[in-house]
Amino acid sequence: MSITSEFVTYVTTSEHWNGERGILHRAIEHLRLSGIAVVAAAAIALPVAIWLGHGRRGGFAAQSVVNVGRAVPSLAILALLFPLSLRYGFGLGFWPTLVALVILAVPPMFTNAYTAIRSVDPFVVEASRGMGMRPFEVVTRVEVPNGLALILTGVRIATLQVIATATLGAYVGFNGLGSFINEGFRQQDNGKLLTGAVAVALIALLVDVAFGAVVRRATPWRKLDLQVSTKGLQP
Amino acid sequence: MLATNKDSFIWWDWVGRHGDEIQQATIEHLQLTLIAVGAGFSLSLMFSAVALRWRATYAPIAGVAGLLYTIPSLALFAFLLPITGFNTLTSAIGLTSYTLAIFIRNIVEGVDSVAPEVLAAADGMGYGRVRRLMTVELPLAAPAIVAALRIATVTTVGLVTVTGLIGQGGYGSFINSGLSRSFSTEIVVGGGLSVVMAIALDILLVGIERATTPWTRVRRAARA
Repeated sequence: MSITSEFVTYVTTSEHWNGERGILHRAIEHLRLSGIAVVAAAAIALPVAIWLGHGRRGGFAAQSVVNVGRAVPSLAILALLFPLSLRYGFGLGFWPTLVALVILAVPPMFTNAYTAIRSVDPFVVEASRGMGMRPFEVVTRVEVPNGLALILTGVRIATLQVIATATLGAYVGFNGLGSFINEGFRQQDNGKLLTGAVAVALIALLVDVAFGAVVRRATPWRKLDLQVSTKGLQP
Repeated sequence: MLATNKDSFIWWDWVGRHGDEIQQATIEHLQLTLIAVGAGFSLSLMFSAVALRWRATYAPIAGVAGLLYTIPSLALFAFLLPITGFNTLTSAIGLTSYTLAIFIRNIVEGVDSVAPEVLAAADGMGYGRVRRLMTVELPLAAPAIVAALRIATVTTVGLVTVTGLIGQGGYGSFINSGLSRSFSTEIVVGGGLSVVMAIALDILLVGIERATTPWTRVRRAARA
């Protein structure tokens, strides 16, 4: 049987869609855990990054966070949390995966948000102060809107990494879409393997496209910017 | 014995007894990283040359590379497994495809940022298109290209661990085996060595960058 037909046979069998180990349940679990992780990481990373960026302090820390974050493989963090989680009674699956995802999502969110706030034109910030805005208003009405595109880019990068690593969660007992890949590999079942691969890739691509649309809607003025700047670059 | 293992995270005894395996895994990990970064860099140079010559091709080339980059690593390996089988090729193809997006964007943007006066001077000296690209534009884009090399190398070292989950070697095989036996020593060794390798290669590349682009230091000194 060809690989394609193995895949089609697997996906078109209705039992494979239902139940605890079905495609639907695992897809929902995958998205739910990823969503919780992204929200938790944003709640930790963004306020600190915006506060540091507003005060224009901590540039070295921001750079270090991103360098260290890149050098530590996501699989290593996930794997290291596994024995820790077992020892302290948090069990398999959900908790070790969630904690790993939050740890991984913080650096890209932090660095992008910090850079976003820090690179807002100082004259614009000065002007808003001159208009009598209080520091809190400067942050919420000037710095955050101006840096929004870059802040959201950080969230987007983090979200894609979270979805990818949630797939690896299958190896610490998380019942998400990665489980199809793990089981398919162990059982030499290509249909199952490909189902996991296609589902994970689809979710990642759809989330990426959706994010692109959100960024465009949230920052309509950027389109204008882009048109002006490309016009300037034409010879 | 199991009780003792669970009491401490790292069992130095185990590390001492598995020196040969650790050495073997180090070689495999390094090999896979170099193959992927080398192949990715060569392919990216070709794609970038095409994109720079015919600007209309840049968007689709960058688009496809970005698409590959978006697919989670384990899923990409799972796609390749039934086609290319359980071997180094599967890992190498997957790993290479991740470096393309990083390299192509940096090479094209690096070359684009070369000052127009410099290009005019090269043209005035009678440089052809290929010669100008090879001897003027690429060297001047070196800082951006080395930056891409650093990011691609460090990222690849981390991704090679994932190939351990599909039965390939490298430090990932320790992590995989540690996970299936709940033996933290192997996880710490696999993860820790991978971090050490990423940092070591990054430092090496910074050194190469300094040695090959002395003018960037002169400029910095002049500004200071």
